[in-house]
Amino acid sequence: MDSSKETQSGAAPETEHQEPHNYLNHAKTIKSWLLTLDHKRIGVLYAVTLAVVFLIAGLLAMAVRVELFVPGETIMDNDTYNQTFTMHGIMMVFLFIVPSIPAILGNFVLPLHLGAKDVAFPRLNLASWYVYMTGGALVVTALLVGQVDTGWTFYTPYSSSGDMAILYMTMAIFIAGFSSIFTGLNFIVTIHKMRAPGLTWNRLPLFVWSIYATSIVMVLATPVIGITMILLFMERLLQIGIFDPALGGDPILFQHFFWFYSHPAVYIMILPAFGIISELMTTFSRQRIFGYKAIALSSVAIALLGFLVWGHHMFVSGQSAISSIVFSLITYLIGIPSGIKIFNWVATMYKGSIWLQTPMLYALSFLFLFTIGGLTGIMVGVLSVDVHLHDTYFVVSHFHYVMMGGTVIALLGGMHYWWPKITGKMYNETLGKIAAGLIFIGFNATFFPQLILGAQGMPRRYATYVEEFTFLHQVSTVSSFILAAGLFLVLGYMMHSMFFGRKASKNPWGGATLEWTMTTSPPDPHNFTRTPIITRGPYDFHLADEVFGPRHTGDGAGDGATEPATPAEREASR
Amino acid sequence: MGNNGTVWLPESASTVAPEVDWLFYFVYWTSIVITLLVVGGMIYLVWKYRRKSDEDRPEPVKESKLLEISWVVVPTILVLLVFTWGFQGYLKLTVAPSNAYEIQATAFSWGWSFDYPNGASVGNELHVPVDRPVRLNMSSEDVLHSLFIPAFRVKQDVLPDRYTSVWFEATQEGEYHLFCSEYCGTQHAEMIATVHVHSQADFDEWLADAAMDEDVPLPELGERLFGQQGCQQCHSVDGTDGIGPTMQGLFGSERTMQDGEVLEADENYLRQMIINPGERVVEGYQAGVMPPYGRLSEREINALIAYIKEQ
Amino acid sequence: MATTTTEKQDVSHEGDGHGGHHPRLQHHFVSLDQQFSSAKLGMWLFLLTELLLFSGMFVAYAVYFNWYPETFAITSEALDWRMGFINTIVLLASSLTVALSIHFVQKGQIKAMLWSLGATLALAGVFLVIKYFEYTAKFEYGIYPGAAFDPSGPYAHMDVPNAIQYFSIYFVMTGIHAFHVIVGMIVFIWLIWRGLRNHFNPEWYTPVELGGLYWHFVDLIWIFLFPLLYLI
Ligand code: HEA
Ligand code: HEA
Ligand code: HEC
Ligand code: CUA
Ligand SMILES: [Cu+2]
Repeated sequence: MDSSKETQSGAAPETEHQEPHNYLNHAKTIKSWLLTLDHKRIGVLYAVTLAVVFLIAGLLAMAVRVELFVPGETIMDNDTYNQTFTMHGIMMVFLFIVPSIPAILGNFVLPLHLGAKDVAFPRLNLASWYVYMTGGALVVTALLVGQVDTGWTFYTPYSSSGDMAILYMTMAIFIAGFSSIFTGLNFIVTIHKMRAPGLTWNRLPLFVWSIYATSIVMVLATPVIGITMILLFMERLLQIGIFDPALGGDPILFQHFFWFYSHPAVYIMILPAFGIISELMTTFSRQRIFGYKAIALSSVAIALLGFLVWGHHMFVSGQSAISSIVFSLITYLIGIPSGIKIFNWVATMYKGSIWLQTPMLYALSFLFLFTIGGLTGIMVGVLSVDVHLHDTYFVVSHFHYVMMGGTVIALLGGMHYWWPKITGKMYNETLGKIAAGLIFIGFNATFFPQLILGAQGMPRRYATYVEEFTFLHQVSTVSSFILAAGLFLVLGYMMHSMFFGRKASKNPWGGATLEWTMTTSPPDPHNFTRTPIITRGPYDFHLADEVFGPRHTGDGAGDGATEPATPAEREASR
Repeated sequence: MGNNGTVWLPESASTVAPEVDWLFYFVYWTSIVITLLVVGGMIYLVWKYRRKSDEDRPEPVKESKLLEISWVVVPTILVLLVFTWGFQGYLKLTVAPSNAYEIQATAFSWGWSFDYPNGASVGNELHVPVDRPVRLNMSSEDVLHSLFIPAFRVKQDVLPDRYTSVWFEATQEGEYHLFCSEYCGTQHAEMIATVHVHSQADFDEWLADAAMDEDVPLPELGERLFGQQGCQQCHSVDGTDGIGPTMQGLFGSERTMQDGEVLEADENYLRQMIINPGERVVEGYQAGVMPPYGRLSEREINALIAYIKEQ
Repeated sequence: MATTTTEKQDVSHEGDGHGGHHPRLQHHFVSLDQQFSSAKLGMWLFLLTELLLFSGMFVAYAVYFNWYPETFAITSEALDWRMGFINTIVLLASSLTVALSIHFVQKGQIKAMLWSLGATLALAGVFLVIKYFEYTAKFEYGIYPGAAFDPSGPYAHMDVPNAIQYFSIYFVMTGIHAFHVIVGMIVFIWLIWRGLRNHFNPEWYTPVELGGLYWHFVDLIWIFLFPLLYLI
């Protein structure tokens, strides 16, 4: 298989037909994409789909912001507003952020990290994408046949007495849940059964650990939202009276059911982000991770504790005071493993060699934003304070700090980091840094004022508001355009790079995990051309001769850091 | 509205508010210290160990047990402390003093009505005496709502077919917002009432006035109800069109319904529209917007009709 | 380079008794053992999700039972415990036959395996028929799930508060269980079809084993449903 190198050396290696065989060019028909069983291609399918979903849901958010620019009706009436934030929430949560990192980067990177040829069940993996698409189609149907204006939380009896479109929406979420279950189940089995020889649990990259913890939550929590949605469906269709007080049911029971899934779900969202940040912090510090075991186990601890705190969403719902107190206590305990992670990441930089490329900028933004998000979480976890803050913009801001500032920022960091591996192209580093800056500033300026708004008493899900809140809303709205500009810039240069980007070398960042040291960019359809045998930890940069490659090739240096490697040098380093 | 709030919190006008605020600021400043430590440490390390050359090959650092333990122990102590205060404050918020003055609060889509021990009933205005514990006993007529008075730092969901309660002791006379903070549909954002805190004397006077005095002539009572029950939020009496049709010249006119039926707006028609507006819908308006007012007493309905007749 | 697409590079690092090139071995696995244990772990995880799906309903049951024990005592009388009992026996028998089919395929007795799968399919059918009669009997008395429930039907003593909740839970739980039985029947038809085409042998019978696991699970759920709904 070394023959390709020979044919490549010398003249015009950039031309396409001479490109080495890889997963992107080995078949090009649409059908080969839609029926692919290759985990890398499924990852790409998800990436494209989720970018579209994120775009739509993000534009809905912009509409929300515009409507809130001044009190009273700005661009839409109350009903439209209610549907807009509902769709924004539903799409962002169920269709975007829950699948996001596991389905895109988990799919792409996990088998590479494990030294495996694929996930354990490739067909199930493809099925999960189709199931997801079916769920998405049902969401669109719900949108077309009626109005869903329940908020993403579907509280009964409002949801079970309103428009029939809720039937489609509940089914959509039920079905999309299966895609999540399939992904989680597949990953657990893959991690247990498909590790390369020598890859012990202590040698797993932390990204794998975090995906493992996430998958546990996916498998254990998702069925509960499934049954909740079935019951809500029946409630609306047949008035079965489980949740509707008019028939003797109990609306609080619905909230317990809903949050029993939806709180663990927030850890489905954030744990994979933790995994990405671990990878970025070590690679760009060229330093092994501080407290490997502590980080790995705290992921699992968060995943398990996450099942015991759902009631903190219901402090003023009328649940018993005792439950509130217990839920509040356990809520804080989650702050401790989260803190362990934050501190260990910071400590990882100690005596490292810190390289401020775009992915690292995202990692550092993450540290800042997630700390704020997490600590505001602690503030709303304080029983007496939450009575005041519940259902205000303080909560809205808290969850945007953790979801957008945490997960989405980490996803962006991860996408930049693995972009060369996924597409074989480099993105424009300068634009990357500018966009990261815009996003960081825009994000803070959009959502920090919302913390103050909320503490001042501005309730959420308000299509209009009393006058004294106008100024802060306007700051938030204006800033959200900076944020959007940053995101569109990312979209722009990523598209550009896909077609016109410089070719990426095998290991542009000097990463020590298998995808960098043992696969080409982009990888071969079967990932590895020989089965890897693992003899060292994932971040033992000093032991990994293969990490840095020959000097001046760009490998281990990256785009924009050194002279671009000549094509021949780059080839030689493969 | 009064103006003794801080950047973060609105004015504090109840006995529990200072305590909540204190805890809020404690957690807030602790958070700021933690954030500064994390961000400060981060910036320092980024600068100190920035990559000087691609040839940098740092040696791996040994981990420190002491550090690992300290960042488990310190946060644990902090959170336990905050938990304890939080839950003491919460108990105070939940358990009303036994001598509290009791008011019934009813939430409906989209408004509030408050019933006083002496029979007075007002909509979208809550009048309470200052320096006296007040307990609201609440229930909802339809979906979930939530009563939220930022200045008092209290909030409690209101459920159909079940009572929940909230209590506070106002410390300052004045007017405050009362928001519905549980999403309840189209006009959730407009389900706002005003809290009027009076001195005890003013309150007593107001209360006597508000009670359904048998002597008040019907039209006058109707006018009062038209405001208190929230009718004027949707209906004008000067001919302008609101969420609902204007009342000016309504009585005796011919009304076209959505299904094409034409009816004369007589007393029976008005009565039907007030008690059960869902049954017939006036052309050009949305169904299901106006809440049914079946809970009004016979005299109150008569009063409203009498008032509408005069417009 | 193109050669790598078809090549199987099996590095046997675990005991691989069956040789690396069994026709059923998928390319991304190293050995049949690895493939089989992966499939089995996957199935167990799937059953775990199923268990959680049902636990949601068991929780709803527990909550309402806790609130209205008297109602549940009265309403459960409306169910015919004899029918439930027969169905329990039927399902237990089908668990036995499905276990036998695995036993037979391990021994290479494909014909016997097919017969036991057929018997399982038939028993599942019997279960559904009985269920059908139970449901129609309820409907005749005006017992439907939810708002359609008619408390003044011939069961006058059914006019108890919160009877709706009991019957809604009954219909939803048994309905979803029945749905699982139908899925099981489809699986058995598929297994028989593959068995007839000689796809299974003692070295490779993963689908039969997994189908069996699934069926035991469906049986197990009924074992819980029966006493909770019929006897309490
Ligand atoms: C990615 C998603 C995500 C994540 C990770 C979190 C993380 C946390 N959340 Fe959040 N939360 C949401 C998403 C998320 N949340 C959403 C979507 C809602 C609203 C839903 C709705 O109503 O629509 C919500 C709402 C919500 C509420 C309900 C508020 C209300 O409605 O009144 C509460 C209350 O306890 C809460 C608490 C927490 C806590 C304690 C954490 C913790 O996990 C945070 C832990 C992290 C840290 C604490 C920071 C790092 C630690 C240190 C630097 C160490 C030092 C720390 C200490 C000394 C404590 N969240
Ligand atoms: C993942 C979760 C997520 C994310 C990322 C966001 C992102 C944003 N959200 Fe949202 N939000 C929620 C989840 C999320 N939200 C939820 C769950 C609710 C509660 C709903 C409810 O109450 O029921 C909510 C509610 C909510 C509200 C409160 C509404 C109300 O209560 O009345 C507001 C108001 O400002 C808001 C604003 C925004 C803004 C300005 C953004 C911006 O950050 C958006 C910026 C994005 C874009 C402008 C799109 C650009 C995208 C591209 C160009 C695509 C290219 C792709 C790549 C670069 C990969 N959101
Ligand atoms: C939330 C808004 C709202 C409130 C509050 C409200 N209404 Fe209405 N009302 C409407 C709407 C919308 C209509 C027209 C649609 C319909 O017939 O239901 C209407 C119709 C009517 C009509 C028939 C008018 C006609 O043109 O024929 C009468 C009479 C009426 N309302 C009286 C009242 C009274 C009295 C109150 C208070 C006790 C009240 N409404 C409170 C929204 C409201
Ligand atoms: Cu009532 Cu919101
Ligand atoms: Cu939560």
